[in-house]
Amino acid sequence: MNILETRDIVKQYAQHRALDGVSISIPRGTIFGLLGPNGAGKTSLIRIINQITGPDEGQVFFDGKPLHPNHIGRIGYLPEERGLYKKMKVGEQLLYLAQLKGLSERQAMDKLKIWFTKFDIKTWWTKNVEDLSKGMQQKIQFVATVLHEPDLIILDEPFSGFDPINANLIKDEILELRQKGSTVIFSTHRMESVEELCDHIALINRSRKVLDGPKKAIKEQFKTHTYRVEYQGSLDGLNPAFSLLSTKPLEDGFLRSDVRIPPDAAVNDLVRELIGHVAVRSFGENIPSMNDIFIQAVGEVPTT
Amino acid sequence: MKTIFLILKREYLVRVKKKSFLIMTFLTPLLVSGMWLLPAYFAMRGIDQKKVEVIDESGLFGKTFKNTKELKFVPVNTPVDRAKQSFAKSGYDVMVHIPKNILDAPKGLKIYAEKNVSLEVKSGIENAVEREIENIKLLQAGIDRQVLESTHVNVSSDTFSLSEEGEKDSSSGAATVMGYLGAFIIYIAIFLYGAQVMRGVMEEKMNRIVEVIISSVKPFQLMAGKIIGVALVGLTQFMLWILLTFGISTALSGILGVDTGPQQRAQIMSRQPGMAQAPTEEITKTERKENPATQVLKAVNTLNITQIVICFLIYFMGGYLIYSALFAAVGSAVDSETDVQQFMFPITIPLILSFIMAQFVIREPDGTVAFWMSMIPFTSPIIMMVRIPFGVPTWEILLSMALLFGGFVGTAWLAARIYRVGILMYGKKPSYRELTKWLFYKA
Repeated sequence: MNILETRDIVKQYAQHRALDGVSISIPRGTIFGLLGPNGAGKTSLIRIINQITGPDEGQVFFDGKPLHPNHIGRIGYLPEERGLYKKMKVGEQLLYLAQLKGLSERQAMDKLKIWFTKFDIKTWWTKNVEDLSKGMQQKIQFVATVLHEPDLIILDEPFSGFDPINANLIKDEILELRQKGSTVIFSTHRMESVEELCDHIALINRSRKVLDGPKKAIKEQFKTHTYRVEYQGSLDGLNPAFSLLSTKPLEDGFLRSDVRIPPDAAVNDLVRELIGHVAVRSFGENIPSMNDIFIQAVGEVPTT
Repeated sequence: MKTIFLILKREYLVRVKKKSFLIMTFLTPLLVSGMWLLPAYFAMRGIDQKKVEVIDESGLFGKTFKNTKELKFVPVNTPVDRAKQSFAKSGYDVMVHIPKNILDAPKGLKIYAEKNVSLEVKSGIENAVEREIENIKLLQAGIDRQVLESTHVNVSSDTFSLSEEGEKDSSSGAATVMGYLGAFIIYIAIFLYGAQVMRGVMEEKMNRIVEVIISSVKPFQLMAGKIIGVALVGLTQFMLWILLTFGISTALSGILGVDTGPQQRAQIMSRQPGMAQAPTEEITKTERKENPATQVLKAVNTLNITQIVICFLIYFMGGYLIYSALFAAVGSAVDSETDVQQFMFPITIPLILSFIMAQFVIREPDGTVAFWMSMIPFTSPIIMMVRIPFGVPTWEILLSMALLFGGFVGTAWLAARIYRVGILMYGKKPSYRELTKWLFYKA
């Protein structure tokens, strides 16, 4: 069951088509990585999901129904560009934002108490936002995003501006939210956090979706059928069915080589072949990292 | 609706709780009461009776000069030359010399004083002498007492009609003052609160909080909430100003011991240049019959205060709404304060123009220019306020209000379309062409 589906979304600006027939499906209870280089159209898509703008063509379905303004309370959004009212007290501000999302003042207060205890930030309640550090403000904004317990949480670069400790704290919160049944759309350039957190990904490049699916399947798809072996000896006499891609000496006298096997061959064949030639120290498959996949799919290096 | 309420509540509370709001709210009435009371205070203190020595060589004016609050007349018999010499030490402030041949040479009247004699004193004495000479000449012409009495009646009924003229005059004076005042307050208020709306929009855009907010509410709701919130701030401030000015005036006048009964106040008003329409010489004349203060009050009473107040509120709101929508659009379109100017100027042109035109309209409140400018929504709040104290046909007021309302709806629609695009647009330096394009973007 998908919590969110977009079908053939087109968004046209005066000179520029920001989204061109983008269809994605986001399964409930997943952490969904929305990836893409700068200017690919991620923010446009996120804004359409948040009903900040509307698509020129195509449809969005939330929980099986066409997206409607009363879904707003079930979505939480943390934009990439953070911002709070600087001259407003933290507590008042959070109450206000929660009420805009449809909570009553009382509900909001109850939930805020839990979060403030959890993050141990009770003393911030009466402080002006401008008196908090940037990282503290980020924390407040994160609380504002998830306070109304939305079914769908959209986080645009949630870790930027956090030190590693707080980044971990937020990461744990994201995982816990999924545990509780929320779905998270996670837009980022940081491939290591995609690697770590995402179940599903979609990659948008130049206004089009170029890739989507479960992370595992995508990795499978991008597999190169190459294996890495560290050994002593020489692979010169290797069966030509296995192509030796590269060899380089390691510091301790061992060598490391990348070997590709033909699609119809089994890994065991390679292992057997190797044992016949060299003393193997280690052996493993080269699994593409998200970074590799991104670069390959987009043809450029992800930048922040 | 609920969200608009939430937004306007925040906009209202944030502004009302600001220190600058509190300071403005309390300081302004203090200043106004000060401006009001200090002249009164000094005027009260300033009344130390002047002693006037009267050297009447003609012997005709024994009973002419009556003592007043300001002047005490003392007839003396000292020869003029001696009196002149000893004047400095005599303790008198003013010396009046009436030569023997005053009847034949009325210009021979001389007034001496250490410093310059005030116009009031001078004309007061002149008038008194003039009247007496007239009396004497009439008597000499053989008109008996009774006829004289009847001419007296005539004369005083003349002044009465004159003072009625003055009443009419000061009524149009009151209308002028009222018209200017209403127009000026609206002019200032539109700038003051319109700019607040604009700054609020810019703050949200620059802080980037706007994206969070409009993921919860529609841009139009945000804009409307802000505009209404600030409007309520404006109304609150005005109410407080009126109440506090009244309160502080009363309190201060108690402390300073100034009598600020309405009469006194009006009298002070009438003394201020521009406020008083009655020529100076008339003051002394009419003062004997009727206090000019009561006249001013009467004049104000001739205006339809209820109508003026209701119209003021409507035009204040209408003018504020129409302009603040434009200000909101400007605030959404720009990225920084420096870009504001190029958009502010064209918006404020009709406002400034109508304020300049107000002085012409006030001379001819029923003219063609006045009519059209009080119909055009961008100028009507100011121009109509100028016209209303002079009396405007009801249909004109209603039409103008309807147009103002229509103008607001149109402007708000236009502004909202620019606003919803502008608040999310960063880094682009907006041009008018760009703004026009925004109008046609699909939501």
